[in-house]
Amino acid sequence: MNGMENNVAAPVADTAPALLEVRSLRVEFPTRRGTLVAVDDVSFSLRAGEILGVVGESGAGKSMTGTAIIGLLEPPGRIAGGEILLEGRRIDNLDYERMRRIRGKEIGAIFQDPLTSLNPLYTVGRQLVETIRTHLTMTEAQARRHALDMLKEVGIPAAEERIDHYPHQFSGGMRQRVVIALALCAGPKLVIADEPTTALDVSIQAQIITLLKRLCRDHGTAVMLVTHDMGVIAEAADRVAVMYAGRLVEIGPAQAVIRDAHHPYTRGLMGSIPTIGRDVERLEQIDGSMPRLDAIPPGCAFNPRCRQRFGRCEREKPSLIGQGDRAVACWLHEQGEGAS
Amino acid sequence: MLSQSRFADSLRRFFDSDIWYSFKSSRVTVAAAIVTAVMILTAIFSPWIAPQNPFDPASLDLMDAFTPPVWYEDGVPKYLLGTDDQGRDMLSALMYGARISIFVGFVAVLVSMLIGVTLGVIAGYVGGAVDALIMRIADIQFTFPAILVALLVDGIMRGILPKEVHDDLVLVVIILALGVSGWPQFARTVRGSTLVEKNKEYVLAARVIGLKRSTIMLSHVLPNVLGPVLVIGTINLAIAILGEATLSFLGVGVPPTEPSLGTLIRIGNDFLFSGEWWIVIFPGLTLALLVLSVNLLGDWLRDALNPKLR
Amino acid sequence: MSEDLNRERDGEAFVLRVEGLTRYFDVSPPWLNRVIERTGKRIVRAVDGVDFAIRKGETFSLVGESGCGKSTVARLISGLYEPSAGAMHFGRRGDSGEKLRVQMIFQDPYASLNPRWRVADIVAEPIRVYNLCPDAASRRRRVGELLEQVGLSASDGEKFPHEFSGGQRQRISIARALAGEPDFLVCDEPTSALDVSVQAQILNLMKDLQREYGLTYLFISHDLAVVYHISTTVGVMYLGRLVEWAEKKTLFSDPRHPYTRMLLAAIPDLGMSGKPRTPVAGEVPSPINPPPGCAFHPRCPFAEERCRREVPQMRSVGGRYVSCHGVEEGRIPDEDALVPMNGERQ
Repeated sequence: MNGMENNVAAPVADTAPALLEVRSLRVEFPTRRGTLVAVDDVSFSLRAGEILGVVGESGAGKSMTGTAIIGLLEPPGRIAGGEILLEGRRIDNLDYERMRRIRGKEIGAIFQDPLTSLNPLYTVGRQLVETIRTHLTMTEAQARRHALDMLKEVGIPAAEERIDHYPHQFSGGMRQRVVIALALCAGPKLVIADEPTTALDVSIQAQIITLLKRLCRDHGTAVMLVTHDMGVIAEAADRVAVMYAGRLVEIGPAQAVIRDAHHPYTRGLMGSIPTIGRDVERLEQIDGSMPRLDAIPPGCAFNPRCRQRFGRCEREKPSLIGQGDRAVACWLHEQGEGAS
Repeated sequence: MLSQSRFADSLRRFFDSDIWYSFKSSRVTVAAAIVTAVMILTAIFSPWIAPQNPFDPASLDLMDAFTPPVWYEDGVPKYLLGTDDQGRDMLSALMYGARISIFVGFVAVLVSMLIGVTLGVIAGYVGGAVDALIMRIADIQFTFPAILVALLVDGIMRGILPKEVHDDLVLVVIILALGVSGWPQFARTVRGSTLVEKNKEYVLAARVIGLKRSTIMLSHVLPNVLGPVLVIGTINLAIAILGEATLSFLGVGVPPTEPSLGTLIRIGNDFLFSGEWWIVIFPGLTLALLVLSVNLLGDWLRDALNPKLR
Repeated sequence: MSEDLNRERDGEAFVLRVEGLTRYFDVSPPWLNRVIERTGKRIVRAVDGVDFAIRKGETFSLVGESGCGKSTVARLISGLYEPSAGAMHFGRRGDSGEKLRVQMIFQDPYASLNPRWRVADIVAEPIRVYNLCPDAASRRRRVGELLEQVGLSASDGEKFPHEFSGGQRQRISIARALAGEPDFLVCDEPTSALDVSVQAQILNLMKDLQREYGLTYLFISHDLAVVYHISTTVGVMYLGRLVEWAEKKTLFSDPRHPYTRMLLAAIPDLGMSGKPRTPVAGEVPSPINPPPGCAFHPRCPFAEERCRREVPQMRSVGGRYVSCHGVEEGRIPDEDALVPMNGERQ
């Protein structure tokens, strides 16, 4: 019900220290019709160099979680509970100025629409140099050299020339590469990538995912990859966290979760995705749709759509209970409870 | 029975809506709405509630001319706000004057709206040469101040109508003059929204079904472009009321025998420096208050409708 | 090509045969600007000579990246656009000789329903226009039936579109399309604005309705997995041209056109079978100024002089139609021999 009993921080696979730790995060939106809880009691952690996919349908709270971590929640949205720790330091209660210094320097961000993430009035070089010099002590010339290296690294052809171009002179895929360069140029330890491939064509999506993976491996950067696309998760993520109606319902290694999902929602979700080569007359389907934030049912939020629900599901909210490197919030799996 | 429950349903929807909420939570808007409502109601019911009929020469007494308001020593309770040079009760004259001003304003805006919305939807939906023609006319009219266009229309009407007919139709002429001067703004806005709406998929769906162009414009596009029209309509109401006042002030509007607020101001203007200030100040204040309130309502409506048209 | 097509597919009931379908759009700046800036007219060749045929009861899908012209084809066939050139031969309705009825389902469930109308009125509109029900009472009954058929309840007709979720709105769209008693449904990305679990519901519904009414679908999508699931026949478009079309199994198991192969290789692989990834190099050029010859040649690893010069014609090759000089000359190697394009494999 509340964050107390499950301070069993989300399971971490090995003993490597967590780079990012989110504990019982709660994000609220006060409205005139009552307070909406967009993110409810979400806990997970992220190790250096790891790619964590956060997946869910629209309104599940996945983007909101990312936005809360970089401290860019739009008022009246606010963090109403829990803690966010970056390398052991709390960052959820920092003032605007201190958070600004962390953004870009320690946490980079990549958003869905590359066009709106770049300022159309400045050349990409100027935007890169500005970001670099805000966060790193470099001269103008050094920063420009670094910017050029970044552009080359993200695969911009003829970078020497393109550095002085404006964002509209780039195609969609190239623009997203520039955004990635911008996110990585100050050498952040963590990148929040919110639907980085959604606005792109399939063929470009693959390029961007591959690039993101390679860069993170080379720089040891951890990525929180927010997406609705299971295919992207399967391609890129080491671990996956599944969200539903503001809560984390399942978390674990990406392959394990995709092949053998524990939560009925995750299982249904996987079954509902058409796959090339799999011939079925009908797709498995989860009836109904995710509840709106102002109408989340009591108990497990998924219970009205769940074929395996029983009495307890309608009364009590299950919390995330871990077994090894996997955890699931479902009363069907409560045997693992003894572990805490 | 069904329509009744639909009506109740709509009412409930309205009082639950964001628009009603934003209305309630803006004190200035509520005040403006109250002022506007009081003025409109007073104007409508003035024949029944005014102390005197200022248009009826028989009820006027020249002996009472230039009576100051009641709080002056010479004031009498019969004339709360004093009288003018004809011995007309100012309060009654204000009520009747506002009645004419508001009536002219309303109908003139309706005329502009009718012309502007029709042409705007046609221009936006049909496009091509029709669009170019309509919008260039609008552009040309935009280069003249609206009052000049109104004066022009008024002048033409005076030219073609015999004097007696013109005197009878003076209100119609003013309404037409103001109405014609205001349409381009409606046309421009409606054309813009029509361009957006016509590419939306519900309009495409109607085209796939095979509806006639006129039906699509009327039953699909039109209802969805009216939001901004309401806003411009409200703001133009204030402009039309002012326009009427200006025309009347210039002497080409409503005749002094049946004065509107503008005419009253013109009459009073002559006495401003001879000490009978109330003859001009009260109509002036009434006009200012009316226009301000309507404008405030328009501003609020724009903000309330703008973010996501409903 | 068209005789070829007729020969191979004759004898089967066609719903639609498209020959040389072409649509240009004039995207020139206004006349005055052209004079001042001394620029000429700018023409987008959105669809440029497309041939295909759709059999009764099948689902014919068109896939391709944005700007390839697949949505324009959909709008041409549904009658929203007039073709600039080419012909569309529609089949007949039963024995009546009446032209087939075409209805359309759109992508954006938030824009495809008139926000000011009640759902019942929206669904009833085609019934009224085609005079399918004699009176208001039977019309109301029919609307109720239709709503129930798409998984809503008859009482939902009293509500307005904004009271429904995206998936439910798409159901209303489908009910409206069915209300016109169509033979042929043009579906333009009907699920791409929906979440996966809702997408599955809509795809299942569409399959159920197809089985029940013998509907024929033209299905437009950029999602190859969805296309694989729903289609019988698949066509791949690139820059306004159809580059390859075949039965689904043929196309997916043995794609011949280099572009089809790249597209298939680019899909994120849920099964993570560990097959080598070949990200597609480059991006789609602007359709205003498409490359000469085969439009794909700048991205094609097998491009030769002829590809840069001559537009390839569509030919029937081993149970499929391909327009590629390389395939015609037999110089495209088998798929296994494809090499990664820019080294960005994991």
